[in-house]
Amino acid sequence: MTTPEIPQRSWSQRWHVKGVGWTALLVALLVGSSKMTGVDVGMFFSNFDQFTNLLVRMSQPAWSYVPIIIQPLYETIQMAILGTTIGTVFAVPFAVLAASNLVHNQWLRGIIRLILDLVRTLPDLLLAAIFVAIFGIGSTAGVITLAIFSFGMISKLFYEVIETIDMGPLEAMESVGASKVTIIWYAVLPQIMNQFVSYFLYTLEINVRASTVLGYLGAGGIGVFLQRSLSEFDYNKTAVIILATLVVVMVIDGVSNHLRRVLL
Amino acid sequence: MDQQPIISFKNVNKIYNNGTVGLKDINFDIPRGEFLVVVGLSGAGKSTLLRTINRMHEISSGEITIENEPISDYKGQSLRLLRRKIGMIFQDFNLIKRSTVQRNVLSGRVSYYPTWKSVLNLFSAADKDRAIRALERVNLTEKLYTRADELSGGQQQRVAIARTLMQDPKVILADEPVASLDPLTTQTVMDILKRLNQEDGITVIVNLHSVALARQYADRIVGLRAGAVVYDKEIADVTEADLTKIYQTA
Repeated sequence: MTTPEIPQRSWSQRWHVKGVGWTALLVALLVGSSKMTGVDVGMFFSNFDQFTNLLVRMSQPAWSYVPIIIQPLYETIQMAILGTTIGTVFAVPFAVLAASNLVHNQWLRGIIRLILDLVRTLPDLLLAAIFVAIFGIGSTAGVITLAIFSFGMISKLFYEVIETIDMGPLEAMESVGASKVTIIWYAVLPQIMNQFVSYFLYTLEINVRASTVLGYLGAGGIGVFLQRSLSEFDYNKTAVIILATLVVVMVIDGVSNHLRRVLL
Repeated sequence: MDQQPIISFKNVNKIYNNGTVGLKDINFDIPRGEFLVVVGLSGAGKSTLLRTINRMHEISSGEITIENEPISDYKGQSLRLLRRKIGMIFQDFNLIKRSTVQRNVLSGRVSYYPTWKSVLNLFSAADKDRAIRALERVNLTEKLYTRADELSGGQQQRVAIARTLMQDPKVILADEPVASLDPLTTQTVMDILKRLNQEDGITVIVNLHSVALARQYADRIVGLRAGAVVYDKEIADVTEADLTKIYQTA
């Protein structure tokens, strides 16, 4: 019996030149950037006791604080839901126009993507500061900030999902004589719906956490209380706020997992 | 059969942007009600030829007329109306997999509605009934509320045919409709196409790579090689030797 002729791997394939090269380059970049920015990893370990000290001071959550933060936490969730929803409503048409498999006009797509890049570049804290200045202290500023932040994030996540869909059903709908909007509605939406829902909930989760930070600037919600407890060094209250936020995040995560299963 | 051809190719050429020749000087007529099978190797231009008929692909020169109307100037609404009367089925079925069979079949009717009505799912009772009758034609009424991805390949292709029927098409284009199916379901799908051709008088144009199937179902066989028509005969005149010639690679 003759052995079949096995093709020879080239020299670079045999020694994995590409993989090794990229890894070396990444390590070099990492070391180089930590050198240039002066990050001292040793400091993290030598000052670790400060961190444990903080944990110890948070280790006795002031449970009596719970009833007081229910209302602001509730407000935070409402802000997050409002902001995420408003942002998503505007993000969907932008995501469609930014998807290279749906819009073949490079100029239109380029302009849309430029706008989206610009929106994502604006830091949310800057947005919050601006809107607090415009609308005054309160949740309106918070909601608008979250809406713009969600818009930037969701439109990018959404158009990347759209670009992975199977184009077959679109071809079929086109051959049927459907209009563009109908094609998107029938052939695109069902393919991306479950990922849309999961990205929406992921953004909602980020927004719940972000709105705690926005509270710092007076944009309403639980953040105001977080800032107060921190500035009073009342870490046991801080612990309660963090735990309460954790519960909300876990609930959203649970809902997200459930919906993704159902919508699959 | 009507004497006027329903589709007519005149000196049609297609050259892709990268310089590849897709179609080379195509000239032939398709009479109304014919069951035409186009055979040829992969890359011979069968899919391209089929898709020029409903303008899913543009041609570079020449003219295609459908019911004596040149189709190259259609755009927007008139192009959608052209596509409405030309049904198309695909090798990979191209159903919307996460949607029900009913929604897939009804989606074949959207060109009869304004966009806002199709988006809001406002199909008339008559059209919902039409969907059931379309499924009756392909023997799948019991799957009305089943999700498309739960069906077998042969069933999916039958749903695709039902979707096409909703358009009330005068022509059905089938691009390798049985290439992903087993021999048994292949017969079922081809039989349905033949029946639509004979009972409803729909002109059917099918791309196939199987010569045996072509001989079994076609009224006429057109052979393509490298984008050019190398063969065009009524089924009665087709010989085995002719067909091997089409598949010569040289």
